[in-house]
Amino acid sequence: MAKVAMTVNGKSVSREVEGRTLLVQFLRDDLRLTGTHVGCDTSQCGACVVHVNGEAVKACTMFALEAEGAEVTTIEAMANEDGSLNVVQQAFQDYHGLQCGFCTPGMVMSATSLLKDNPKPTEQEIRDYLEGNICRCTGYHNIIKAIMAASGQDMPSMAAE
Amino acid sequence: MPKDSATGTGIGASTKRREDVRFLTGNGNYTDDINVHGQAYVHFLRSDVAHGRINGIDTSAAEGMPGVVRIFTGKDFEGIGGLPCGWQVTDKHGEVMKEPGHPVLAQGKVRHVGDPVAAVVADSLAEARDAAEAIILDIEELPAAVNMKAALEPDAPKVHDDLSDNLCYDWGFVEENKGAVDEAIKNAAHVTTLELINNRLVANPMEPRVAVADWNRSNDEYTLYTTSQNPHVIRLLMGAFVLGIPEHKLRVVAPDVGGGFGTKIFHYAEEAFCTFAAKACKRPVKWTSTRSEAFMSDAHGRDHVTKIELALDKDNNFTAIRTETLANMGAYLSTFAPSVPTWLHGTLMAGNYKTPNIYVNVKAVFTNTVPVDAYRGAGRPEATYQLERVIDMAARELGVDPIALRRQNFITEFPYATPVAVEYDTGNYPATMDKLEEIADLAGFDARRKESEAKGKLRGLGVNCYIEACGIAPSNLVGQLGARAGLYESATVRVNATGSISVMTGSHSHGQGHETAFPQVVAEMLGIDASMIDIVHGDTARGPMGMGTYGSRSLAVGGSAMVRATEKIINKAKKIAAHLMEASEGDIELKNGQFTVAGTDKSVAWGDVTLAAYVPHNYPLDDIEPGLEETAFYDPSNFTYPSGAYACEVELDPETGKVTVERFSAADDFGNIINPMIVSGQVHGGIAQGIGQALLENCIYDENGQLLSASYMDYAMPRADDVPFYAVDHSCQTPCTHNPLGVKGCGEAGAIGSPPSVINAVIDALQSGGHKVAHLDMPASPSRVWAAMQG
Repeated sequence: MAKVAMTVNGKSVSREVEGRTLLVQFLRDDLRLTGTHVGCDTSQCGACVVHVNGEAVKACTMFALEAEGAEVTTIEAMANEDGSLNVVQQAFQDYHGLQCGFCTPGMVMSATSLLKDNPKPTEQEIRDYLEGNICRCTGYHNIIKAIMAASGQDMPSMAAE
Repeated sequence: MPKDSATGTGIGASTKRREDVRFLTGNGNYTDDINVHGQAYVHFLRSDVAHGRINGIDTSAAEGMPGVVRIFTGKDFEGIGGLPCGWQVTDKHGEVMKEPGHPVLAQGKVRHVGDPVAAVVADSLAEARDAAEAIILDIEELPAAVNMKAALEPDAPKVHDDLSDNLCYDWGFVEENKGAVDEAIKNAAHVTTLELINNRLVANPMEPRVAVADWNRSNDEYTLYTTSQNPHVIRLLMGAFVLGIPEHKLRVVAPDVGGGFGTKIFHYAEEAFCTFAAKACKRPVKWTSTRSEAFMSDAHGRDHVTKIELALDKDNNFTAIRTETLANMGAYLSTFAPSVPTWLHGTLMAGNYKTPNIYVNVKAVFTNTVPVDAYRGAGRPEATYQLERVIDMAARELGVDPIALRRQNFITEFPYATPVAVEYDTGNYPATMDKLEEIADLAGFDARRKESEAKGKLRGLGVNCYIEACGIAPSNLVGQLGARAGLYESATVRVNATGSISVMTGSHSHGQGHETAFPQVVAEMLGIDASMIDIVHGDTARGPMGMGTYGSRSLAVGGSAMVRATEKIINKAKKIAAHLMEASEGDIELKNGQFTVAGTDKSVAWGDVTLAAYVPHNYPLDDIEPGLEETAFYDPSNFTYPSGAYACEVELDPETGKVTVERFSAADDFGNIINPMIVSGQVHGGIAQGIGQALLENCIYDENGQLLSASYMDYAMPRADDVPFYAVDHSCQTPCTHNPLGVKGCGEAGAIGSPPSVINAVIDALQSGGHKVAHLDMPASPSRVWAAMQG
């Protein structure tokens, strides 16, 4: 066991962890931040995406100890200060960009990261960026629409329905 | 009742989903988010061979490992029931299917890669895994039955030693049709024959399965939290058939469930194990599947090998269909596996067409592979795929337009009794085809093909229709067909004193948005705001016996139960209102949440009546009881029959064989619609899964029964850049005639209707490039397409 300390959602946390503890296990099991999900064991599905020092990271590909001193943000900290949905979250609801909700936290974290780097992505840029986030419910249609809407763009005509 | 409305909260409104808020903020409550104080963790040691004899399991070293609570093997489950099968098929000779045992932990033999052999319960998951590595398994590997055809050979390895062979059943449907079908095919002007494979798939809901079980030593009650589409069914199957726990001592909770697609219908060994072990260890026990475990323990889907013949007369009218299928059951019979290639497949073989003679033969085969059961569509995609492929092939052979050939043979009069024992109540197949031609802009295809060709690409167009049987179904009928369950649904409408309402439904939502759509119905009926109504589901302790969600049945069956219960509420509330207003009950009207006396200005509000029901000071106590809570069980009189027409346009790169879906259009008839936004979302998701089956997904075993596609590195899930925007339309509506909402079900349509049009489009593209490829099996991967192009 070793001690690890980091800032998670603006709060300093410190715990004893095993060397093999993944960041996602640390968040879910030690901090009980269960909004971050585990959907695979090969870093493919993206359900566990969080932000580490502002960058989107799959929390299953990183040991908790590697996050020593880092600023970590999870889905639980994404809403506005008054608790209302932020722009990306609201767009996902408005455009029905989620169904079962399991991939959704990772999608929101990835989409947020994309829009930070590319405030007006094209449809194709969004599809390419989300290559590491699997959704089994929506067929991606409304996720793409939601992200385009969150970036202030009109939908292409094909996407009208 | 339905109306065209983009706002509001009643029927027909695209109300935004209330459940989204908790999912978008990380506040969902999935089974793995549930932790019970003092819980231990189980890790299953699984077979790494497809078939083998267990000569010994040495757990002595593992038992001393840190944190180990107890290690279980098959011996611990001797005398305890195996996992039951919920559907018994009778074969064409009148014999019942072979039904081998399915132990919770393997006994004597292992029969597929992933078959659980031992289970380690420990203080932490890591300790359980560490200890499992110290277990010494002595398994003598045996030759495996993998390929279905080979498994039926007389000298094939037997999956179950106590059975005479690997044939589960040989089903003929309808047996009396066979002579006429053979005769019609013999006398046909043209017969098109197609042999094809419906590839094995893995459902892959993004949330892996989880079970957390607790046992209360003070009252001997069990609680199981599990990722299920039908917690009441799990309670019945596990309690009555596996562990012998009476239902009143067993609570099953399925909280937020992260997708199901059929694979979370079934009762699994891990659920029974955790419940058993919780008492044996006197500690809560939790299991969370990894994705790799999911690939080798979740029931798989499809896996049919089929030969279909379509006979036509000289005017291109369909005269007969004959089809033979080998259907893979895997190593054990999963809960509803036998029904999928039979009653959910054979009964749909007429499709949208008036073919007078149809005969379906299905041989179900045991192999040393993971059990196969219902996956989104379940039998209906397999029927649709072969039928719509063979029609396309016939059109090509005859040199006629594939859409015209379909239109010529459409059923146009309803009700229509098919030669395969079902009666379609309503439909308008020409209307959905007209709508498809419009939304898919089929008129513009030639120009788009020229654009593709100018870029050095081939472009293909594929079209197909589909019909499905949903809203499963009348209990007395399915009982005759072999179901060991009723297929009604329940609803309790509990009106509280202040007028708010809890609706307990036996349906289960795992992405379908019931928490939003179901209140829209009740709100419409009562004229109150939907925000006053909450849906309660997924907990056997909170609602009456329910059958759960699958087969696109929630609204058609569960919604109907809710309507019936709400009607009872209205009847009783009117009695109370009549008393309060000193009027005759027959004169009471309910509108916009107000009870009025017809022809007067007297009225009382919804809340006045509900309060009177629970504070009955001024109340007709001689006539009715206090309280306002009603339950209804609804058992439908028929299936529902959604239908539609789909079109796919692909672009094919002749250099690489890579196929991309450029356009996909779907015109569906779902009858009446409660929430159009949710319906569109259901279709989108189904289409993506269908495109996945057609182009990407394939669950592969090697000749020894090793599972080669057991992770997302090897099993190609559709990703955002594999699919286009879809054009979907559900404005063609022929309401169901036999349920109160006139609804048909929309959950599976996309997955049923999309694979044939994708493959039809790939073949069209290849043929347009001069490649004489008549058929290509799914998935049409670049390597397969490229190889086909080389001849």
